[in-house]
This record gives sequence, C-alpha cells and structure tokens, in this order.
Amino acid sequence: MGAAGYWLYKHRRRPGDEEKLAKPTPHSTAIEVFWSVGPLLACIGLFHWGVVSYMNMRVAPGDSVQVQVRARKWAWEFEYANGKITDQLYAPVNKPVRLIMTSQDVIHSFFIPDFRVKQDVVPGRYSTLWFQATEAGTYQVFCAEYCGDSHSNMLSKVVVLPPAEYDAKVNEDDTKGVPLVDIGKKVYEGKACNSCHSLDGSPRVGPSFKGLWGKTEALADGSSVTVDENYIRESILNPNAKIAKGFQPVMPTFQGSLKDRHIEGFIEFLKAQK
Amino acid sequence: MATTDIAVPAAHDEPKRGLSYLEITSGLKSWLLTIDHKRIGLMYLGSVIFAFFLGGVFALLLRAELLTPGKTFVDAKTYNQFFTLHGTIMVFLFIVPAIPAALGNFFLPIQVGAIDVAFPRLNLASFYIYLLGAFVAIYSIITGSVDTGWTFYAPYSTETDTNVIPMVAGAFIMGFSSILTGVNFVVTVHKLRAPGVTWGRLSLFIWSLYATSIIQILATPVLAITLALLIMERAVGIGIFDPKMGGDPIMFQHFFWFYSHPAVYIMILPGMGVISELVATFCRKKIFGYKAVALSSIGLALVSFLVWGHHLFVSGQSEFATIAFSFLTFLVGIPSSIKVINWTMTMYEASIDLKTPMLYALAFIWNFMIGGLTGIFLGVLSVDVHLHDTYFVIAHFHYVMMGGTAMAFVGGLVYWWPKMTGRMVDERLGRVSWALIFLGFNLTFFVQFIMGARGMPRRYYNYLDQFQKFHQFSTVGSWVLGLGFLVLLYALVQSLRSGVKATSNPWHSLALEWQSPSPPPLENFEAPVVVTHGPYDYHLVKTTNT
Repeated sequence: MGAAGYWLYKHRRRPGDEEKLAKPTPHSTAIEVFWSVGPLLACIGLFHWGVVSYMNMRVAPGDSVQVQVRARKWAWEFEYANGKITDQLYAPVNKPVRLIMTSQDVIHSFFIPDFRVKQDVVPGRYSTLWFQATEAGTYQVFCAEYCGDSHSNMLSKVVVLPPAEYDAKVNEDDTKGVPLVDIGKKVYEGKACNSCHSLDGSPRVGPSFKGLWGKTEALADGSSVTVDENYIRESILNPNAKIAKGFQPVMPTFQGSLKDRHIEGFIEFLKAQK
Repeated sequence: MATTDIAVPAAHDEPKRGLSYLEITSGLKSWLLTIDHKRIGLMYLGSVIFAFFLGGVFALLLRAELLTPGKTFVDAKTYNQFFTLHGTIMVFLFIVPAIPAALGNFFLPIQVGAIDVAFPRLNLASFYIYLLGAFVAIYSIITGSVDTGWTFYAPYSTETDTNVIPMVAGAFIMGFSSILTGVNFVVTVHKLRAPGVTWGRLSLFIWSLYATSIIQILATPVLAITLALLIMERAVGIGIFDPKMGGDPIMFQHFFWFYSHPAVYIMILPGMGVISELVATFCRKKIFGYKAVALSSIGLALVSFLVWGHHLFVSGQSEFATIAFSFLTFLVGIPSSIKVINWTMTMYEASIDLKTPMLYALAFIWNFMIGGLTGIFLGVLSVDVHLHDTYFVIAHFHYVMMGGTAMAFVGGLVYWWPKMTGRMVDERLGRVSWALIFLGFNLTFFVQFIMGARGMPRRYYNYLDQFQKFHQFSTVGSWVLGLGFLVLLYALVQSLRSGVKATSNPWHSLALEWQSPSPPPLENFEAPVVVTHGPYDYHLVKTTNT
C-alpha cells in the first residue's frame, strides 16, 4: 500500500503530460517469486495454526464436567448431572466443562466472547462445546444466531466459582424457605417470560399478566376460559392447548424444566399482578 | 509483437455522426418495447439506482436505531425488518444486477464490436422478469414485511408470522433474470466478436463478466430450488428442513450458501472488471499481467463453488468438512491478490490522472485490500469460531461489497456516463462526492471490526452499554456516507440538465467503446468495426502531436 501511495504521487500526470503514454512494466521473476512464495508460506502457517487450535477446541478432555443446555426463544437453560436447573451457567474454575446443547424451536448459537467459543444450537440434534475457565468471575453469554424479536435479549452469564462454592451452588435447593411469590418472580425473570408477557398491561408476543388473574379470557377458537390455577398450569406445560384470542401459538412448553413448587410460586406471582 | 501504430483521435477531429440511440426514436413505447441493449441497460440502471436508494434508506434507519441500546425510535420487530429489507434489497435488487445488467448490458456488446447482444428479445425479457421479481418483493414489504434476515434461515423463516413467501418468490423470479442475462453474455462473447477482437484482446471487464455469467448460469438454479423448497415448506409443510418431520435445518444452509457464496463473486467480479478498465485508462498503460488478471477471474469463478462450507464452521458440520473448507477458502486469496498486485504494478511508472473515476478505483483497491485481508482472519478456523456472526463479519462483507463493488459501480458510472448520456459529470462535484463517500464508508465500517472482535453479535436490536461509543461512531459515519451519495446524485442530475457536452473520447482511452461517438448510434458504431490492437496497448501508440 505504501508503494502504491508513493507511485501514485511520483507518477501522477503533470501538466504538459497530456500525451504521455506509459511503457508496460517488464516481467521480473525474482520479484514475482518473492511476492508469491512469501505470502504462500505465511498462509500455510496460518492454516496449520488454525486447524490445530480448532481441533483442540472441538475435542473435550475425558474428565469434563457435563452440562445439558437447552435453548428456546428467548432464554437459556442449564441442567446439571443431579437434575438441578439454572438460568445462568455455573462452572468450576480450572476444570473442563462440556456442554451438550439442543434447541426446542429455531436455531440459536451459544457464544462466550471471553472464552472465544461459539457453537450453533440446532433443533433435532445435539451440538457440543467445551471450555476451561482459568479465573473465577462472571462472563457474558450471547445468542449469536438470529432467532426473532428478542434475539438481542437472549443473554445469560457464565458464573465461574471455586470448586467448593460450585458444589454448594449446584446442590443447593433454591426454593426451600423462600416465599412462593418470590419463587414465582424468579421464574418470571429467569425463564424469560418477561420477553413476551409484560406486567404493565401492554400486549407483546403474548398477553400481559397485569390483571389477568380471575379474568374470563376469550380464546382463538371462539370459546372462553377463566384464568385459574389449572388454566395457568396447563398453559405452562401444554401452551398450545388454549390460545388467547389475537395471539399466535408460539409459546414453548416448560414441561420438565419447572418443578411443581416453581409452578405454584409462579401462580402466586401472577395473582399479585393486579 | 505486431508494431501497428495507433493514433488516438484528438478532440478536434470528432467523427462525423448521425442520430444517437437516444434520438433515433422517442416516446414511452420506444423505451418499453426496445430491444436495444443500450436502452435496456439504461432502464436497468434506473432500476438499480432506485433499489440502491431504497436499500440505503433502510441502512440509515437501522444505523439510527442503533444510536442507543434498546429503543431509539422503533421496536425490535421493526428493526429486524429494517436489516432484513436492507440486506434483501441490496443483494437481490441492487448488487447482483448492478454492474452486469446495467453497465454490462450497455458496454459488453460495444466492447466486442457487436451491434447488440446475441438475443436482444431475451435481454428485454430478462429486464421484465427482474421488474416482476422486484414488484413481488416490494409487495411483500407493503403487506407485512419480512424479519428473517436476507439469509432466510430455516426453521425461523418457516415459523415467523411475517410475509416470507412473496419475498422469497421475488428472489426466485429475479434469479431467472440473472440466468438469462448470463446466457446472453456468454453467447455474445463467443459468437459476436468483431473481426480482430481475439480472446487476447477482450477487455478485462468482459473477462470478468464472462466469469460472472458462468457462475450465474451454474449457481442460480440451486438458489431457485432452495427457495422453492422453502416456499413449499412454509405453504404446505413438506418438512424437508423441519427436524420434527425428519428434515434438517442445516441442509437449508448448505443449499443456500451453495448459491450465495458463488453469488458473492457474481457481485465482486464485475466490479474488479471495472477497476481494470479504470486503472488502464487513467494510467495510460497496459495492465500489468493481462493474462493473469483475465484468468484470475475464471479462477475465482471456479474456486467460488468450493467454499460454501466456510459459512457453516460453527453450525455443527463435521470437523473434517470444516478443515477442508478452510483450506479451500485460502485458495480464494490467490486470484484476489493477483488482481490487487497487478493493479498496483500497473500504476508503477505510469502516467496517472486522478480524475473522479480513478479516485473511485483507488478507493476500491484500498477497501478491497482491507476486506480481503480480514477474510483471511475469517478463514483461519479457530479465529472464525470467535468472529462468526459478529460485527467483524458485517464489516468484512461491507468492505468487499460496499467498499468494493459499490465503489466500482460508481467509478464505472462516472467513467462511462459521458458515453451513455453524452454529457460529462462535473469533476469538482465528483471529487467532493468521492471524498465524502470514501471517508464516510471507512468511518462507518472500520469501527465495526473492533466491535466484532470484542464480541458484539450481529442482528442485535439491543446491546450492552460497552458497545455504545462504537455504534454511535458508526452511525455518524453513515450520515457522512449518505451525504456523499446525495452529492453524487446531485452531480448526476446536474450533468443531465446542464452538463458539458462530451466528446467521443474524453479520457483519451484506447478501449473500443471510446472509438464510437458519445452517445453511440443505434448500431453502436458508424461503420462495421475492424480491430487491430488490444484495449490497453498504449505502448503501441504513435504520439503525433506532442
């Protein structure tokens, strides 16, 4: 580029040169070999380095901690070996962690910029990714494959903890001794109900929760239903059974990812949204 | 080598001339039913400029929305439609047809010394197929729009409640226009060369259009199949991309990129051809390594079919396929760098005239070099894993397409404008537009490399606060860029209204199209052409009046 700039200046057309015609530049084998072989070697080197580091990135060590990852519009869910489910990924420091990921709807992509890892999460198959965090701390997780309205809010965190704290976190029962309504609030935020259901009365992808409890809701098929405990439970576990009028059947099921106590807490939370 | 002496006609001995192609008939019907490749080229030109304006408005809107995280002035769904429409319009309505169908239609037959393309009626049909596709696509925008991104990835595109079918049908229809234009060009180059226009005397613009046409003919049908499958999936649920029915969403990506990667070369190759013309004319020198530059176009066309898998490095395709695609991707660097090095070498000891078109050619070389080198980053596997689907990719793509092809399009437009319209573009306005566009472009996109390397994912309506200063910088850059295009538009309109009348050869070029009057007569030349030298043989010119 420097050479081009210099030649541009040196060989610019000066006044009086209007009829000047340039001679073709002669062939020079030495120069051509220099500018072909040099970059060629550099590219082979880069390719080699890329492949070796890529293979290290793809093959997880045998002693990795395994975590199941489920993606859905628009939240991440992590399940550990003991059945514990969290909305943030907890990982022990200095130990390899292997994620086995699948999507319940469209394609998502699990991306931790700080760890330089990314892998698409595809419905109907499992994809894997592994990392080993070397420092305790909290790291950003993005969804990197466009997945609709709240794609840019499909965020989470990796929380890297020292081994003892990690074990305590994964084994703790976070619903014990907590008021039901607070459990419900955590579900509302952690399962990203808030990306589709507002608390202020404005409809989003789904109906707002404000004043929903006890209401007679008109359904898309022309019938109606009273919003009570059983309707809410059904809507969480089998969301497309009854569709509220004016909305699309797009909500994913939460079968298997919420325990009874979570659902009971969520119902209490809903009652509080007057 | 033959030592034929060539005399460049000076300004005072303008050839005697009859009516130009613009004057010979008039009225709306004489345009709408014309089979003259020049008029069809101009109608394409008007259409692609309108498409560029429309796509540009969406670009400015989406950049404005990104001034702040969260809502600036539209909601997430509208923003998602903005970037989808920006991408779809720019790719299918502007950049694919821009240089081949507009400038190529006009100049390919003239540069081979022919009266018209091989199949003039087919050429008009291509134009109307393009228009039909464009109208169907615009119909989709008016009736509910699209929010899938221009890539239409399944299963999102089969699930979303926006109006995907007409948009995809529009792209499907426009594909046929592209195929037919390709066929027309290939036959024209093979069959209609005037006496003396040997393969070794074809302009590099024609070589690049020839390579482009091959890709258009071979790759576009695969896009048509893919889009037809997507329509069937959405309309009747055939399940080919739906895992619930045994289908595979990754297969859509393979199908899509099997066309869309070669399509990137449909977009860039004609631009490279234009740059070769500009560099030769404004350096008044034979292009360094003519044969290598010509064959590198064909080389790029071939390699373009073998690298689609580099869009799927993190999709879950097999590691072995990924490594093979990475290796093949590195091969793209060879023909690309041959071109850049040979343009640069052409400038060495040349007689360089920094007129507006040459400035755009230099902008192309600068931007394309940044776009090309960052492509190497993306080809290195482990680096791509981090950069994939971030703003780094956005910046890389725009450096090649916007900084490359769009610069070449504008440079070619200003260069050939006198031939097409018979009037010059004001040099001062041209340079101002160049400065604003070049500066604005780099302000807008360079910062996106940094943002992407720090992990900012693409297609994000909301973003973390740490990225705001980069986004704001980029948005301000987009205003400078937009202003530059407005100045250019003003310069073109002003040229049409009151521009200086052009002589037949205002740039003193040796290329064949400049040996005909400006604007050319209906049959392109006043008399049948016999060519005795190549388009860049400046060293053979006998200087008569120094």
